[in-house]
Formats: sequence, C-alpha cells, structure tokens
Amino acid sequence: MVVQKNNFSVALFSVLFGLIVGAIIMLVFGYNPISGYIALISSAFGSMQDIGGVLTQMTPLILTALGFTVASTAGFFNIGLSGQALAGWVGAVWYALSFPDMPAFVMIPSALILGTALGAVAGLIPGWLRAQFGASEVIVTIMMNYILLFLGNNILQNTMAKSIKESAETTKQVGHNASLQLKWLTDLTQGSSVSTGIFIALIMIVVVWFVMKKTTLGFEITAVGLNPDAAKYAGVSAKRTAVVAMAISGGLAGLAGTIEGLGNYLNFFTQNSSPSIGFDGMAVALLGGGSYLGILGAAALFSVLKIGGLGMPMSSGVPFELVDIVIASIIFFVGANYLIRLIQKRIKAMDEKAATQDAAKKSAKVASKQAKGGE
Amino acid sequence: MTESTPVIEMRHIVKKFGDFAANDDINLQVQQGEIHALLGENGAGKSTLMNILTGLLQPTSGDILINGQPVVVDSPSKSDSLGIGMVHQHFMLIDAFTVTENIVLGSEITKGLSLDTKTAAKKIQSLSDQYGLAVNPMAKISDISVGQQQRVEILKTLYRGADILIFDEPTAVLTPQEIDELIAIMHNLAKEGKSIILITHKLDEIRAAADRVTVIRAGKSIKTFPVAGVSSQQLADLMVGREVSFKTEKEPAHPKQTVLAIDNIEVDDARGVAAVKDFSLEVKAGEIVGLAGIDGNGQTELIQGITGLTKVKSGHVTLNGKDVTNKKPRQITESGVGHIPEDRLRFGMEVDMTLSENLSLQTYYKQPISKSGVLQPAEMDKLANKLVKEFDVRAASIHVTAGSMSGGNQQKAVVARELDRDNDLIIAAQPTRGLDVGAIEYIHRRLIDQRTAGKAVLVVSFELDEILNLSDRIAVINAGKIVGIVDAKETNKQELGLLMTGMSLEAAREALKEEVTV
Repeated sequence: MVVQKNNFSVALFSVLFGLIVGAIIMLVFGYNPISGYIALISSAFGSMQDIGGVLTQMTPLILTALGFTVASTAGFFNIGLSGQALAGWVGAVWYALSFPDMPAFVMIPSALILGTALGAVAGLIPGWLRAQFGASEVIVTIMMNYILLFLGNNILQNTMAKSIKESAETTKQVGHNASLQLKWLTDLTQGSSVSTGIFIALIMIVVVWFVMKKTTLGFEITAVGLNPDAAKYAGVSAKRTAVVAMAISGGLAGLAGTIEGLGNYLNFFTQNSSPSIGFDGMAVALLGGGSYLGILGAAALFSVLKIGGLGMPMSSGVPFELVDIVIASIIFFVGANYLIRLIQKRIKAMDEKAATQDAAKKSAKVASKQAKGGE
Repeated sequence: MTESTPVIEMRHIVKKFGDFAANDDINLQVQQGEIHALLGENGAGKSTLMNILTGLLQPTSGDILINGQPVVVDSPSKSDSLGIGMVHQHFMLIDAFTVTENIVLGSEITKGLSLDTKTAAKKIQSLSDQYGLAVNPMAKISDISVGQQQRVEILKTLYRGADILIFDEPTAVLTPQEIDELIAIMHNLAKEGKSIILITHKLDEIRAAADRVTVIRAGKSIKTFPVAGVSSQQLADLMVGREVSFKTEKEPAHPKQTVLAIDNIEVDDARGVAAVKDFSLEVKAGEIVGLAGIDGNGQTELIQGITGLTKVKSGHVTLNGKDVTNKKPRQITESGVGHIPEDRLRFGMEVDMTLSENLSLQTYYKQPISKSGVLQPAEMDKLANKLVKEFDVRAASIHVTAGSMSGGNQQKAVVARELDRDNDLIIAAQPTRGLDVGAIEYIHRRLIDQRTAGKAVLVVSFELDEILNLSDRIAVINAGKIVGIVDAKETNKQELGLLMTGMSLEAAREALKEEVTV
C-alpha cells in the first residue's frame, strides 16, 4: 500500500512538473500559459463532442496500457503493442468487410475474438522466442512492429479484394453489422466516434485486475516476473507462464486495435508508421504506476491533453506541438522518478534533522541543568 | 579499564520503526585498544545499532559520545570524519581496479590532472606493514583471494584514518585458515591502539578474538562482560535467553524401506561440465543421511537433479519405487518431496511477495487455497497463521514481504512450508546457513522429528558439526562422486575432513592411525 501511495505522489508530481515545463516553454516563446491551459481544458470539455473525443482516445490507451502491465508483471518489456494492435485492426476490418451479411450478434463477438487472437499470436511469438532461446523480447518486438506494419499495408494494397476497398489506400467502411458505434451514444456526443469500445475497455480493467490479482494464473505470472528461479522451484513452468503472459499482453493490444478499426475509424487505411496507441499505452502504464485504477486516470489525462491540445491553436494560438512537449515532459518525470523521490527524501530528511536537532538541544539543556544541580 | 574514558559510548539508544522498537534502551561502551564483540540473534538489533553509529539511521532517542564528547552522527560522512570505519560483510570493491585504486577511490590524491597513485601506494604499503596485513597495493582485486579482499576493506578504513573499526560478520565468507589470520590481524590492530567492534553470532570466534562482549537480545542490551573464562554454552544461553543445546538428542534410528534411491546418475553444471558422476545413494524411511563435502563438489547439481530443476544426464532417481528421473519439479514435489533449498533467497522464496503468499508457494493451485483457478486469500491466510504459530516464525504480520524478514525467520518459513505437507522425503540443503544457535537448534529439532515420524531425510551441509549432529549415516562427496559412506557413530571430524579432500576411507583411517601412534 505504501508503495502505491508513493507511486501516486510520483505521478502527481510528474504531471505537475510536466505542466510547469510546458508553461515555461510557452512563456519563452511568447505565449500566455494561463490562456493556453484554459484553452486546453475548454477544448477537452467544451462540448459533449469533445468529451466523446476524449473517451474515444482513452479506449485503446487503456487496453494497451493493460497489455503493457501484464507483460511487465511477467518480467517482459513489450514494445510491440503497436504491431499487435495493428494485427487486430487489419484482421478485424478485413473479416468484417468479407462477411457484410453476417448478423451483428455473430459478427461483433467473433470479430472481437479474432482481433484479440491475432494480437495474442503477435505477442506470443516474441514471448516464445525468449522463453525457448533467450532472444531479447525488446529487439524482437521492435522488429515485429515493422513486420506487422508493412504486412498490414501490403495486405491492404495487394491482397484485399477490390470490392471491399474505397481506394488503393483505404478500405470501405465496415457495415452496421460490425460497427461498435451506438446511435444513442453518437447522438449524445454530437457525432463523435465514441463506441461500445469504451465499455469494453472499462470491463477489461476489472477483468485483467481480477486475473492478475485474484487467480492462480496471475499469481504465477507475478511469481515468474519477480523471481523465475523461485517460481520454477515451486513447480511453475516459467516458460509456459511467460508465453501466456505475452499472449495476454498482445491480445489486449489486439483488442485495442480491433476497437480502433470497428469502433473509431470503421475502416483501415495505409499507415505511415506504427500506430501511436502502442507507445502511448506504455506511457500510460508507467504513469499509472502499475495500478489498475492508475491506468484509468493516466489514460484519461493523456486523452484530455491530446484532445484539448487540438483546440489550443485556434483559441489561444499556442501550437499543438506544445502539448506533445507537455506529455513528453510528464513521461520524462515519470522516468526520472528517482529525481522526484530524491526531492521527497531531502524534504523528509530536512524535517527529521530539524527534529533531531531540537531533541539534541533539549537533551543538552537537561544535561546542563543536571550538571548545575550536581554542583 | 573502566577508569579511562571510553572511545565510544552509546547511551540509552532507542530506535523505533513505527511501533516496533528495533533498539530499546541499548548501552554500549568500547575502550581504546579493545576488541568488543556484539553478540545477538538474527534480528536482535545489532545492525540497527551499527547503522546508528555509522550515520545511516538516526536514533529516536539516546546519546552517542566519542572520546567523552557528545556527537550527532547524522550522515555516513560525519561518521567517517569521527574516525569510524566499517568493514562490510559484502565487499564493496571494483574487481578490475588495483588495491590502491580501490582504496583511494573517492579521496584520490592528484598531481595536476593525473592520479598520484605512487604516493597512495606507499602510504598503503606502510599501513599494511604496520598492521601485518600483507597486501600488495599494486595487485588487482580479481587476482587476490577473498581473505585478502577483506584486508583491502580493512586498509580502506585505516587509510581514511579510522580509529574505530566495525567488523560486520567478517568470517562468513572465509575459510578456517583465513579466519585464524583475520583474528591475528584484529589483535594487531587492537595492539596498535585501534578499537574494534565485532558483530557476529559465532561463539567460538568471540572467544578467540574479543576482550569483552555485549549481548543484545530483542533490542535490549542484556549484559557486558569480559570474555575470558566464559564458555560457548554460557554465551549461547545469554544470547537466546534460555538454555540452548548444541547436541540435539535423538533416539536410535529404525530405518525401514528405501524412499529415495539414486542410481548412477550424472548431472552437468551450468557450463555443461559433469558436476555429479556415477553417483549412487539410498535414503531409507526413518533415517537421516548427511551428505558432507566442501562447497562446489557437485552438491548443488545433485539436489537440482533430484528435484527436477536440472536435467539428469544419465542414471535413475527412484522415489518409493517409482522412477522420477527428469520429471517436472511439480510432479516430483507432488510425489512427496519437501525441498529446503540451499539458497533461500534465490529459490526458496519470492522476497517481494508476502509471507502469507510464500507459505502457499507450493500449494497455491490446490484446494482449498484456490478454487477453480481463483485464489482464496482467507484460506491462504489461515494456512499462514497456522504455520507461523506452529513453526514460531516471527514477523510483524503475515502480510509483510518475505524480504523484510530476518534470515532466521525466512528460513523457518521455508522449513514450515516444506515440512507441513507430510512428505515422505525431506531434502534439506544448508538448512541453517547464516542462522544463529537458537534457530539452528530449532530447525535441527524439526528435522529429527521428521525422521522419528518415519520420513526419509537427506541433509546436505558444509558444516561438519551439523552433519555429525543430525545424521545417522554420512556420505562424503568429492568432485561429484561418493568417496565413502560411514556410520555417524563410528566417525569423527578428522576422518570426514580427510574424506572431503578426496582421500579414500581406508587411506583416511590409515592416516589417522599413524597420527595416533606417532
């Protein structure tokens, strides 16, 4: 509990410092930071549509952050969330477009399962390579991001039937039978692309928390991540557990990609680089400090900054790039939490020192009094 | 002696962590030129007291006087400047650097922009000569023995002008010869006017080295007295607070059917070199077989092979007549094996998990600790509370991390978990390494109870006293092979010592006979 409290204060300090750095940079370049931040907040919460945008942005971040957390609990650094998400996205959209007449109650669950499974396979491969041959999952997942990025583009441009494509670079929109968007939700948020995905993401927070904290599988994953030797001694198959954890991690990323495809964009289009949801998810998990509620909070914060940042140039003239600087500084301070902990420790030490000096003074007084009494 | 002002005086030291008082009114006086031992069980508060003296912790209340002057030691550098030096249990040396480079690190003498190692080396050489340390200042750390590395640590404190040297469990890593040399060095240092605080729970060393001893028990200083004329038994009783027996009483063994049969196995070490070869041994129900040997003669690989943690290359391991060679660790555990691993921190427990979780580490996947894959924390805690009570594991709560517990209590927790499952075979590797006499006595008692209850027990240990105390039969391993198997009642330390060097039983008995006649 103490650790979590500490993580929370680190996250809070990081956000604060990040905003301060952003403010300083705004000042340096001649913008008014107060009006800049006001513009940010009002663009994020100004209308129901903005709030819908924040929720849409949050959805994949929650899922990729959950994926990152599961992998890191097992001792893996999964940088491949991006590629795993892409695998789910491409697969689910392709599948949905291929069966336009399938009823929604069959299509939607099967598409979600397929996208998740594709992400899981993409995560399982680096997991297995490390468990079996000791290959660094960091390098394998980075490389697989490229493989999956270009594989996805290639499938879109060269493999998909012309009939399901809008242009060479874009698929058609998926039909109503596969769309995760709900009419009442779209109406409520004045046409934003928020979908059932946000509810799926929220449910997954609970599901993943339950699996990791309450089940024997979560116990095994945690044990392997903390001390593989002791886990092996206790009869846990470290290899199998590691592969399972990476598959869960990739599956969550795949689900994030699927929701991007069927809930947010409703299509797939040529990607110039790996989707940023993978990398942002890592940042969200780090800022969340390993806590599942923390992930929710951090994802919300990131999304507010991203969506709010979009409105900043129009109402205050502050360029959008500044928001990226703020986000980057927050991550920097999370990474440099050593610095924050050091500052906290210094403050505490100063308090303690003052207290001991007081005590020393008091005891010296008592001693001198006693000495006088002795005379 | 009490006439002169003590070099160090710690008065009424209290250190509280929350409600828990690690130090509860401790008094300590050390005279100049004295070797003063600090004796206490694991977790008695010795380390806390020394951390206060070296400025790593601040006392909640109490005073520290150096040469009669009250001081506030609020940082390690302050402690340095007061002439207090610590010789750590784990050396803090850089392997690739020379002795001199390691010693000057942090307080380098420079000539212009370059290091002036020559002046430093000269100073180190003269210090080494003065105290009889015999260290070559130009040698690389990676090239010198563990004993010499420790002397480099001693030189480091002397080089920085320490007059008070604290030795924290200095003999844990040393061979018997090196221990004798270290004790001679400590006497030299004391003769030259240095004061030494020796932290240990090894009673023989206190008697060999120290002038006076202060016994600490449960955070309180119990008594300070001269060592001369005090027996190890008296020291142990004072430390533990009750009468301790070094020799555990046991009835004669009644061995029954064979439980573990190891038949001609070969096991490789991590580098792929055969560490265990043509090894055969039987352990019967109702007996304790001790496996004696010098560290690194294949004991680790043997146990890992039997328990399924490493592959057995050839041969067979049979348990109650069933072949378990190269079965998975869990299958072997479930066929009735309890394993107290030699390295409890690496294999025996998840130090970042709670005590409660660690006590369920072998059974978490079974009813009632989990139901259909869902953990039942209430059942886990129930088991933990039962084991903690039954095996006298002391911790602030069953929900503290295992890593925060003292070594003795960690080991008791591992023992509790492994003995609780009513196994047919208990493998105990170094079951009392690093523990104090109270805990040793307790764990020995438990192992003997297992034998009395008709279990087969295999004890692997580097400590001959432990082997002799526990075993009914003793097998000696050298270079991965059994050199001899002897009845514990018909052997002694000398004979085992010779066997451990690889001498055959006949040759060893011959050699000992000659010694007697000469």
